[in-house]
Amino acid sequence: MKQEKTEHKHIKTLTKSSLTKTLVSGGCGECQASCQSACKTSCTVGNQACER
Amino acid sequence: MLDKECVHCFSHNHQYFVVDGNSGSVHLLDELAYQMIKAIKDGLEFDETAVINHLSNEYSPRKIKEAFEEITVLVKENLLFSPDFTEIPKEIDSVVKALCLNVAHDCNLRCKYCFAQTGDFGGKRELMSYAVAKKAVDFLINASKNRHQLELDFFGGEPLLNFEVVKKTVLYGEEQAKKHNKNIRFTITTNGIGLTKAIQDFLNEKMYNVVLSIDGRREVNDAVRQTINGEGSVHDVIVPKYQEFVKARKGKQYYVRGTFTKNNLDFCEDVLYLAGLGFDQISMEPVVADSALDYALTEAELPTIFHEYHRLADELLEYYQTKKSFNFFHFNVELKKGPCLYKRIAGCGAGHEYIAVTPTGELYPCHQFIGDEKYKIGDVSQGIIRPELGERLKHAHVLNKPTCRKCWAKYYCSGGCHFNNLKYGGSLSDPYLLACEMERKRLECSLYIYSSLNN
Repeated sequence: MKQEKTEHKHIKTLTKSSLTKTLVSGGCGECQASCQSACKTSCTVGNQACER
Repeated sequence: MLDKECVHCFSHNHQYFVVDGNSGSVHLLDELAYQMIKAIKDGLEFDETAVINHLSNEYSPRKIKEAFEEITVLVKENLLFSPDFTEIPKEIDSVVKALCLNVAHDCNLRCKYCFAQTGDFGGKRELMSYAVAKKAVDFLINASKNRHQLELDFFGGEPLLNFEVVKKTVLYGEEQAKKHNKNIRFTITTNGIGLTKAIQDFLNEKMYNVVLSIDGRREVNDAVRQTINGEGSVHDVIVPKYQEFVKARKGKQYYVRGTFTKNNLDFCEDVLYLAGLGFDQISMEPVVADSALDYALTEAELPTIFHEYHRLADELLEYYQTKKSFNFFHFNVELKKGPCLYKRIAGCGAGHEYIAVTPTGELYPCHQFIGDEKYKIGDVSQGIIRPELGERLKHAHVLNKPTCRKCWAKYYCSGGCHFNNLKYGGSLSDPYLLACEMERKRLECSLYIYSSLNN
């Protein structure tokens, strides 16, 4: 009997982040300084896109 | 061994989320899987029989097994209850790539909450000369080594008080960038009072981003953002200028940016007011101030602020459905092409990637530190003469801050503002917890909005 596939029934992964991999691929430093955009009093990086 | 500390479960409007802080992964769940993860985080054994026993009053064993299986897959793939680093990744070399040029330590407004002591940063009221600005550009080009993408922000005080220097510096910067194969993104923050058609045309042509200060409704704005003699409505002067400016900007990046205080805890109304005026790029920051001040935000206001952020998130989604949508800066989250771990650790880069320049050419780790001699790190002629200060800031990253290291939001917020941590958190290693609370709430709202718009 074919086993019922259970993926995605209960959980949807919005982002499969594997930050450790970026230790190899990242670090070019071309991204925007986080405080230069629209805040100047806080710091957030999660809203930035990688420039690569 | 599951790392449960950095896993965060939250729900809003029947949407259920789990953020795995160590990997940065975000999951959207049904209520069963959510309850299961929450119970495991709260101490239930990670075991199929244990979860069946725990949830069998509400769900069938088949469903529970299904959900448990999915959770097990995520755990195996290190996307849930994932381990923290056993060794902290090595800090990589960084170079200066962004300058905040305080071209004017003076202002034509006297805003009550100004962190720059109404523009003079506790010192003399003065303007930057073109000679100093030129040296700052040279410093940036030299210090940036092989970085191509650079930033130069005109700040103050009010930078338009020194517009001729802004203009000449942009032209010089463009010339030097071309010569050295760099790209400089110019940005400016203004209170709008001095905006003219000629200035508007220049800024719209040359500035990559323009930040236009306004706090929202007339009575809210004018209660804190006031003229030098306290007369007239600042709101009434700047709104038509901003509307014309944005119209002429033709889609280029800008933000209308406000500050909310204890006196307008219904700041959602101010954001919606700005949206109603036709602005579609809006930022509204919580004021950072000593808790003794009457407008300061304290822990007591957090429930109201949280409620307001949720209300804003729901209103924003409503706008997407029915009216012209707008973008709220603090609800932006990049889940697909987000920054690398180095960036998430480096955060703002103050003192080593990002430097502020005073009108006389002194260098400070960022605009917030200006005026405190202890933090002077060099000058535009000699460059950085105290690199150890920048190194200290660089080292004060989320993985070296015990409180941050345990936080599920660490790789999204990056540890907050060094200056605020020092002033209100107590040390570089202790985050300013009030800001942390608001940051986490905004991140929840961001994920809720993201999920609502993408599912």
